Amino acid sequence: MSAPLTSLDRPNSYIGRSVPRPNAKRLLAGRGRYVSDLRLPRMLHAAFLRSPHAHAKIVSINIDEARALEGVHLVATGADLAKICTPWTGTLDHFKGMTSAPQLPLPLDRVVWAGQAVVAVVAESRAIAEDALELIEVDYEDLPVVVDIDSAREAGGPLVNPGTANNTCFRSQLDNGTVDDAFAHAAHVVEEEFTFGRHTAVTLEPRAIVAEYDPSAGMLTVHHGTQTPYQFQDLYSRHYGIPEARVRVIATDIGGSFGMKLHVYHEDMAVVGLSILLGRPVKYLADRMESFVSDIHARDHRVRARMALDAKGEILAMDVVDLTAIGAFSTYPRTSVVEGNQVIRLIGAPYRFRNYRATLEVIFQNKVQTSQYRAVGHPIACAVTERLVDMAASKVGLDPFVIRAQNVIADDAYPQTSPTGYRFEALSHQACLKRLHEIMDYGSLRAEQADLRKRGVYRGIGIAAFVEITNPSPAFYGVGGARISSQDGAIVSLTPSGEVRCLISVTEQGQGTEAIISQIVADQLGLAQERVKVITGDTEVTPHGGATWACRGAGIGGETALQATRALKRNILEIAALILQEQPSALDIVDGEVVDAATRKQRLPIFEIARIAYFRSDTLPPGTQAQLTVSHHFAPQGYPFAFTNGIQGCSLEVDVETGLIKLLKHFIVEDCGRVINPMLVDEQLRGGIVQGLGAALFEECRYSETGQLMNGSLADYLVPMPMEMPDIVIAHVETPTADTELGAKGVGEAGTAAASASVLNAVNDALAPFDATISSIPITPAKVLKALKRF
Amino acid sequence: MVTNLASRLMSRGISRKRAVKARAFSYFRAATIDQALDAHARAGDDARFIAGGQSLVPALSLRLQAPRLLIDITHIDEMRGVRREGDTLRIGALTRHCEMLSEPLIAEFAPLLHAAAPFVAHPAIRNRGTFGGSVALADPASEFPAMTLALGAEIEIAGPAGHRRVKADDFFIDLCETALQPGELITAIYVPLFKADQRFAFDELARRRGDYALVGCGMIATCTGERIDDIRISFFSVGNTPTRVKGVEATLIGARLDAERIAAAQGALESDLAPPESDEVPPAMRLHLARVLLGRLLGHLGEGA
Ligand SMILES: Cc1cc2nc3c(=O)[nH]c(=O)nc-3n(C[C@H](O)[C@H](O)[C@H](O)COP(=O)(O)OP(=O)(O)OC[C@H]3O[C@@H](n4cnc5c(N)ncnc54)[C@H](O)[C@@H]3O)c2cc1C
Repeated sequence: MSAPLTSLDRPNSYIGRSVPRPNAKRLLAGRGRYVSDLRLPRMLHAAFLRSPHAHAKIVSINIDEARALEGVHLVATGADLAKICTPWTGTLDHFKGMTSAPQLPLPLDRVVWAGQAVVAVVAESRAIAEDALELIEVDYEDLPVVVDIDSAREAGGPLVNPGTANNTCFRSQLDNGTVDDAFAHAAHVVEEEFTFGRHTAVTLEPRAIVAEYDPSAGMLTVHHGTQTPYQFQDLYSRHYGIPEARVRVIATDIGGSFGMKLHVYHEDMAVVGLSILLGRPVKYLADRMESFVSDIHARDHRVRARMALDAKGEILAMDVVDLTAIGAFSTYPRTSVVEGNQVIRLIGAPYRFRNYRATLEVIFQNKVQTSQYRAVGHPIACAVTERLVDMAASKVGLDPFVIRAQNVIADDAYPQTSPTGYRFEALSHQACLKRLHEIMDYGSLRAEQADLRKRGVYRGIGIAAFVEITNPSPAFYGVGGARISSQDGAIVSLTPSGEVRCLISVTEQGQGTEAIISQIVADQLGLAQERVKVITGDTEVTPHGGATWACRGAGIGGETALQATRALKRNILEIAALILQEQPSALDIVDGEVVDAATRKQRLPIFEIARIAYFRSDTLPPGTQAQLTVSHHFAPQGYPFAFTNGIQGCSLEVDVETGLIKLLKHFIVEDCGRVINPMLVDEQLRGGIVQGLGAALFEECRYSETGQLMNGSLADYLVPMPMEMPDIVIAHVETPTADTELGAKGVGEAGTAAASASVLNAVNDALAPFDATISSIPITPAKVLKALKRF
Repeated sequence: MVTNLASRLMSRGISRKRAVKARAFSYFRAATIDQALDAHARAGDDARFIAGGQSLVPALSLRLQAPRLLIDITHIDEMRGVRREGDTLRIGALTRHCEMLSEPLIAEFAPLLHAAAPFVAHPAIRNRGTFGGSVALADPASEFPAMTLALGAEIEIAGPAGHRRVKADDFFIDLCETALQPGELITAIYVPLFKADQRFAFDELARRRGDYALVGCGMIATCTGERIDDIRISFFSVGNTPTRVKGVEATLIGARLDAERIAAAQGALESDLAPPESDEVPPAMRLHLARVLLGRLLGHLGEGA
């Protein structure tokens, strides 16, 4: 990066500064406006009867009694909604050969997972709707259930979709043809089979939607707790045949999303239809147990992988087979194969080797759908790669830091293309490794570990390098035919009193989107941040854009705001120049004042310019039309993705008698390019790491042989809690992308990407004296005790 | 969230008809024990007493229970308070979990309960949940019911037929089944006063602080010097009821707590416990954990903890 964007000692320099989120106080004061809390006049409440069977034929449905209950306005089945909603299919064209059955809001004749919504009731209150559910009789005929990966792949076994040839959704292979040869000539080979537990997002606020169809205006308004209002505007419009301009989706405050709230859910589509059928607002809020059986799950993978090395520990090749089971359908509109695709493409990403082969097989089963959840595919790719690297290190006799230093792509060797085809602009593995070694005080940690081991205390140290995909271009979804934007739009205005309002398409889920946008606008215009108001999340107000997912808010949304603001500034200075009889280039704006660019002498406050432009345009030279509102769109060009990198470290203690693991400390060195707000970046890392630690030790959706979710409540599904979480030490390396002026990349998924991998390595390090290994997450006490042969 | 028991029930039946809003019910606030008993009798079996509500309210919301009448017993003065009565401590059934932590009489005369209390759920739940409610529910994964066994407590019950006292040893019968008959109230629990020649130990193994334990145990021993004259050991999360391990106790009475004796006690555990099948904690694993915990607690006891 040539000219640094920031010099923190000049006024209004907000890029690189830790400033609080303007909306944090409002949320803390309990003034958030969540869809869960929304009450509209004449609003009704929906509840859903769910399938108790993982796979069954619907023989008959009797809704007479439910319909007759006082306070019930509508009882709707699949057939009722199929009349007004067109089906959807969760496939994308660039995943060649992928299949998935068409979906409707409610099933017509067959249920395909336990917990699938079957009948909808709309009533005066949720309680009455639930009373009515108890009066509905559904007659089912059991069908053979497909639960685990192996039986799903058995030839001649039961099928999730009768009439199809097998349960395969998608197959893909990467192969540069040289892998067998590399393995044949390797000095060392390490191999392992890894399993990863299905888990789910568990947002604080469950999914929430209020749909309001006004037949008099032909207008649908949906208050929706989602990350992607524009995507849903498009989908509601197309599937219900309402012109796009008459569909408005409002996504205000939202209690967490993590990718979970950007998919089409059957209940949500149904609620829109119910509102159309009734001409009244209809609300649905998933309760916690409904969330467990209907929110997307993720990360159900079994990976067999091997790595070849030469005698000195140079990685030569990797060979990988990833099997993943995704539920009964592929999710719409982003599909359920992106995760597996990213697994096989991210494996080995930090390293220099060239010989790679990977097979991905995506399989249907009778469970709820899986799809994109924070750090899509990354934790699996990272755990597989990094565990193999550690196994190789111990085989060759190298320290984990040494083998990585020897194999990572050198910081001065960019640009690079990975053996899987990803193009890296500039990464900093070497710098990050070095910094992690320092902040961990690695030497002392190892010494302490050796000391304690003599006293029967088993500590483990694990590290894991990662690469994260951010700032996605249309290569992600657009090329596959999905109407999901990779560009963003912003409208910036100078208000009559000299403040700035920014309407922008990226959305806020609590990560601070609005904060960083206001920082960028204030910084670029030359204004106090308090004088910038950012508005997000309303398709009727904010311009169309990709919104927030896959780590694009800062990198793409931020650049959009930057360029829009620069354009506004040019316009303001043009008017200022006319008023002051100067060249625009001789002027600048500092702290809301137009100044001489050279001397910084104050000339005119910008509120004066606004006053003149809005109220006394007659005093401007004839022909002048002040443009104090600017709209600007930005789509990433250059590299298809801005990759980031980093490395994590973990120190923990295993109680070898009980199998319980105590996390002692966690470390991360991360490079997300330009850091806009260090505080927010650090909190993204901390939150992401905690989610990754949850996956490492606690979270798993456990199913019975008949496809029933066994632990679908917060008493049984363990999420990470503060008492079990370690302190997290954070350091940064900054390698801005040259693709944008701002230079920012994403950071939201980096924490999750490598947390579980570093725990896996640390646990295996702790167990090293026992000849016990673990290759499965979550790492439960049962798995540890089994590995130690304690029972 | 409900108790371990209820959560197991609801998780398994997750996709059956269930709900998030309770079915409609009537509410009556009783001022006296008699009023409460009377209201229950008049409603037939279709009533529930509500104390802290920390187990009952979730069960109502999920429609695992749907009584016609809720009888609020939290305003009955006779069931409140902690006081000495002879050589026992009378702990009113309405004593809340948080009071087990803050009440000086409990810290002094029933230190085992004081030690167990921080392991019961989280502060918000401890602020409402009651001792009587916990014992009445008799969740085998709960701390307090098991501790009444270790303490040799007596449970005072009021019913249509009058008052009676039941020994903790006779109170817990099976999963969700106790000596309490429908329509009866626990009014107080009597605990022998802790004495100078006694020692106690408590701990549990849980994956997260505040969760129901994988296995938990409390014990109280009466000693002459290093010799154990009497010991009562009770486990929770090991079966259908809180479980006293009498075989283990027998190996310890009259002995000193050296390594050999502790190993013998651990060896005896197998015949006292029969952990149930569970998808996450197989019986052999639970038995192993119980052995480890027993060994550690006896170690503490030996150190005079
Ligand atoms: C998130 C969460 C975590 C928890 N974790 C734990 C834990 O780790 N350990 C633990 O032990 N408990 C735990 N609990 C349960 C908690 O301790 C409950 O408070 C306790 O089990 C019941 O007490 P209560 O006063 O709330 O009873 P209520 O919920 O009011 O009643 C429970 C049952 O007992 C009956 N009942 C109540 N009082 C009496 C009485 N005096 N006489 C006769 N019948 C009565 C009621 O009719 C009802 O059937 C947890 C609860 C929650 C919500």
